[in-house]
Amino acid sequence: MATIKLDNIKKSFGKTDVIHGVDIDIADGEFIVIVGPSGCGKSTLLRMVAGLETVTSGEITIDGAQVNGVEPMDRDIAMVFQNYALYPHMSVEENMAYGLKIAKTPKAEITERVAEAARMLQLEPYLKRKPRELSGGQRQRVAMGRAIVRKPKVFLFDEPLSNLDAKLRVQMRLEIKELQSRLGITALYVTHDQVEAMTLADRMVVMNGGVADQIGAPLEVYSNPQTEFVAGFIGSPATNFIDAALVPDAPKGASKIGIRPEHITLLPSGQGKLSGNVVFTEALGAETLVHLRMNSGTETFTVRQDGAMDLPVAGDPVGVDWGADDEMAFNDKGRRV
Amino acid sequence: MARVTQDGMVEKRGVGHYFTHVGLIIGVLVIFFPIWLAFVASTVTQSDIISPPMPLWPGDQFLTNYSKALTSGINAPVASMLMNSFVMAMGIALGKILISLLSAFAIVYFKFPGRRLFFWLIFLTLMLPVEVRIVPTYEVVAGFGMLNSYSGLIFPLIASATATFLFRQFFMTVPDELAEAARVDGARPMRFFWDILLPMSRTNIAALFVILFIYGWNQYLWPLLITTDPSMNTIVMGIKQMFPSGDDYADWPVIMATSILAMLPPVIVVVSMQRLFIRGLVDSEK
Repeated sequence: MATIKLDNIKKSFGKTDVIHGVDIDIADGEFIVIVGPSGCGKSTLLRMVAGLETVTSGEITIDGAQVNGVEPMDRDIAMVFQNYALYPHMSVEENMAYGLKIAKTPKAEITERVAEAARMLQLEPYLKRKPRELSGGQRQRVAMGRAIVRKPKVFLFDEPLSNLDAKLRVQMRLEIKELQSRLGITALYVTHDQVEAMTLADRMVVMNGGVADQIGAPLEVYSNPQTEFVAGFIGSPATNFIDAALVPDAPKGASKIGIRPEHITLLPSGQGKLSGNVVFTEALGAETLVHLRMNSGTETFTVRQDGAMDLPVAGDPVGVDWGADDEMAFNDKGRRV
Repeated sequence: MARVTQDGMVEKRGVGHYFTHVGLIIGVLVIFFPIWLAFVASTVTQSDIISPPMPLWPGDQFLTNYSKALTSGINAPVASMLMNSFVMAMGIALGKILISLLSAFAIVYFKFPGRRLFFWLIFLTLMLPVEVRIVPTYEVVAGFGMLNSYSGLIFPLIASATATFLFRQFFMTVPDELAEAARVDGARPMRFFWDILLPMSRTNIAALFVILFIYGWNQYLWPLLITTDPSMNTIVMGIKQMFPSGDDYADWPVIMATSILAMLPPVIVVVSMQRLFIRGLVDSEK
């Protein structure tokens, strides 16, 4: 259990700057999810915390101690990799015990801790098997087990669920969250999946092009995005953006207005703030997504409405309206006005 | 008709099946016949061999001929030549494997100045077989006083670019995350090498051992050059030394017994390591 502090972290590979100064303060036992599109530097940031990548400038402190030059093994961290990185020639048991064996933990204690982790992760029947004899979900659990038995100060997860199928991903997501809160170990979790980020995080860090655009609780980030990027990245379907000039009584200094699909209501043609035509609809059962092309130009709008409501017909002219409170205005630099 | 067996191979049925077997059996007989003749010649007397027709079935001199070969031979007892060959082949095979494993490990996992240069230098030596550098190598070995010694037989042949290259290619297929996971688990580089890389390469090592053991066993030119003392002769060159010069008669039964004895160790190595050997060549165990 530990606090982590990232202070103005920068990273360059040769002449390419990848991370342009990131500050994050992580409290003891907190679950932090770093989310962003591929290439935004989120994995690099995690690997710097792990000690697998050097820090170009800035300071990383774990539990008050600066760890910039400290080897991964001496940082008291455990990491779960995207492809699990299990040792193929060792059994499940040996895989989990390896770190403890190197640390010269007494044999009896190793056996006990491995058994405890195996019980927690329901891996008991598989302890003698080799990784290649396990399914993807089981391998994922072994990778988790290898992290748990070490009783580290910090868990680091590098997209641990992206190699699993959709159903298993949901299940493992719950298990990871449950395990982390039970053990109370500070966790740093990297993903590109915003659903994972929203459901797992105590606080999430939205990264964009090497910068942490916004740090906050998931719902806070969702309802109050600080930048145009965050508004567009978090939430599915994505926020609709429209030129502020087209919106009546837009706030001063705004160049774009964002409105979430669920905040828009469809009205008969001629009514509401804007008008357009229905392009196509996606009926998902509980909800329906209506895609519109606006009369103002090339903008497309997505409207999310209740599945019980009447399906609009493609090609029909419609009007759209939203509450003034639901408008998110951004200036020409993409920052919230 | 074809049907896929459990191994994923297509099994042929019907008349074609038998023809294939007949073809294979004929091929084996053609290859095996000279070896059979050598064996027959090693079990009969000298006069049986010289007087035509040559015998095609083993005689009763097996023990006499083989014990004569093993204990006294012609120039040196075959037993000591076998021992020399064995030491040389094992030294070369194990030494080559150890050196190439370590150099491949260095080239793949460590960043040091001149890493690429060293790799290409190693790669370059692939193009220089022993025969090309044999005169300068002889000079060096003679200068170190290593003529007529095991170290002289082994060291000049102990570095292997091919094996280094092979291990490098294998190490590069090992996912980086494995090395990183080991680092996070607390394994220092050599620990990672022993605990993880080495066990993962064991099939490759076995395959290479078979190839290199035979390579070492079959060395002819190099031992011929540097061993003048018959007690240091290796068996492959020793056979040649048994042929008489001038008007002496050749003791064919003993020479043939020696040939058969020379063949045995490589056969034993191949047969006993066959399973690992084939696995090493076919799959990479990941």
